[in-house]
Amino acid sequence: MTVLLFGVAKDIVGSPSLSIPTNANGKRIPNTVGELRTFLGKSYPELERLSSLAIAVNNSYANDDETINSYDEIALIPPVSGG
Amino acid sequence: MERYIRQTGLRSFGEEGQVKLASGRVLIVGLGGLGIPVAQYLNAMGVGTLGLVDNDRIALHNLQRQVLYSEEDVGQSKTEVAARKLKAQNGNTQLEIFATYLDQNNALEIIAPFDLIIDATDNFGTRYLINDACVILGKPFVYGAIQGFEGQVAVFNYQGGPTYRCVFPHLPGNHEIPNCNENGILGVLPGIIGTLQALEAVKVLTGTGQVLSGELLIYEGETQTTRKIKLVHRPENQQIQHLQGNYAIPVCDTIPTIDAPDFLKHSETAALQIIDVRNPEEFADFHLKQAKNLPLSGLRDRLAQIRWDEPAYFICQSGVRSRLAVQQIQEIHPEADIYHVAGGMHAIQPLTEIS
Repeated sequence: MTVLLFGVAKDIVGSPSLSIPTNANGKRIPNTVGELRTFLGKSYPELERLSSLAIAVNNSYANDDETINSYDEIALIPPVSGG
Repeated sequence: MERYIRQTGLRSFGEEGQVKLASGRVLIVGLGGLGIPVAQYLNAMGVGTLGLVDNDRIALHNLQRQVLYSEEDVGQSKTEVAARKLKAQNGNTQLEIFATYLDQNNALEIIAPFDLIIDATDNFGTRYLINDACVILGKPFVYGAIQGFEGQVAVFNYQGGPTYRCVFPHLPGNHEIPNCNENGILGVLPGIIGTLQALEAVKVLTGTGQVLSGELLIYEGETQTTRKIKLVHRPENQQIQHLQGNYAIPVCDTIPTIDAPDFLKHSETAALQIIDVRNPEEFADFHLKQAKNLPLSGLRDRLAQIRWDEPAYFICQSGVRSRLAVQQIQEIHPEADIYHVAGGMHAIQPLTEIS
């Protein structure tokens, strides 16, 4: 599963994208957008602390209950304020 | 209209488009990196009335991206200088100057007489204020925002479409997202994003093309990638009746801050390095179990006692001294991963067990 990172999410993770292994033995793979938030929040607590973090699945805004699978392209889109 | 012949000759725009532009009333909030290209292009193309809102003065470090201003303008008011230059560019435009920042007391009154609002601000507080005021007044607005090499553009609240709150429901805390010029913007980026905003404004005013509503455009300059995210419309966000009493902090705050409840939650899951900067007497009275006491008065001489390879959380009684501590340390160790706990022990005490 590929996760693309924008704005401060890119700074927090330190890379423009992340790959989440889908066959991690024994590890629970996130099945929904909400589970993905929790999963990423464990590795990157600063992501979890963001008041608003939009998540898109295959270029569509997704609610937390939306199911995801290994061939989906996910994007983490935090708000940006500069002008 | 010889002057506009290059655009009136476009079949999809025509004389009709020009007439619509000429009767258009557009309010540009913010005359910085984004607002300037919007103002210059809409003014050049013949938009009838342009409202300009800003209360800032031109600074030398604005010039790398705010290309309407010159070296001789440094120190002068942005609205005054912009109005003078836009007048020289196109004498037919009616310019309305608001030499003020938009706030919850003036927003509805300033926005009401305009057809379309341009969000060209540089802080979250004003972005949420513009969203809420536009929803209350039923006005569409063109959103643009930038950070580093990246930008976002969308037309919100357009013909019942999604609003800013449908994408980002909550105003971010001050410590979450880089919020100021200090965090860096490549000079050309606001030119690109502001120009995209101007294009959307022309489309909304004239009905030409397809308005970027219901979608968020993300522009990534490092790789020249654009991506459009389909948005979800939440009708409840259209129900706003009143502005909030406060839209927080348009002020730049570069002190990394963590709220007491977040800090506690975090300290339960990890062994944090906590530095208590109160006096030894206050510390002896009560303190957090993991805390180390390094009073603010002698802090500079005891920095060797802090482990710089991990985050450090500074705490005091009310949050004033810990803030100062982080500020002082930032000057000496700009790369340090340090936070001040907002509200200090006053905020922590009711929430936890004190040793």
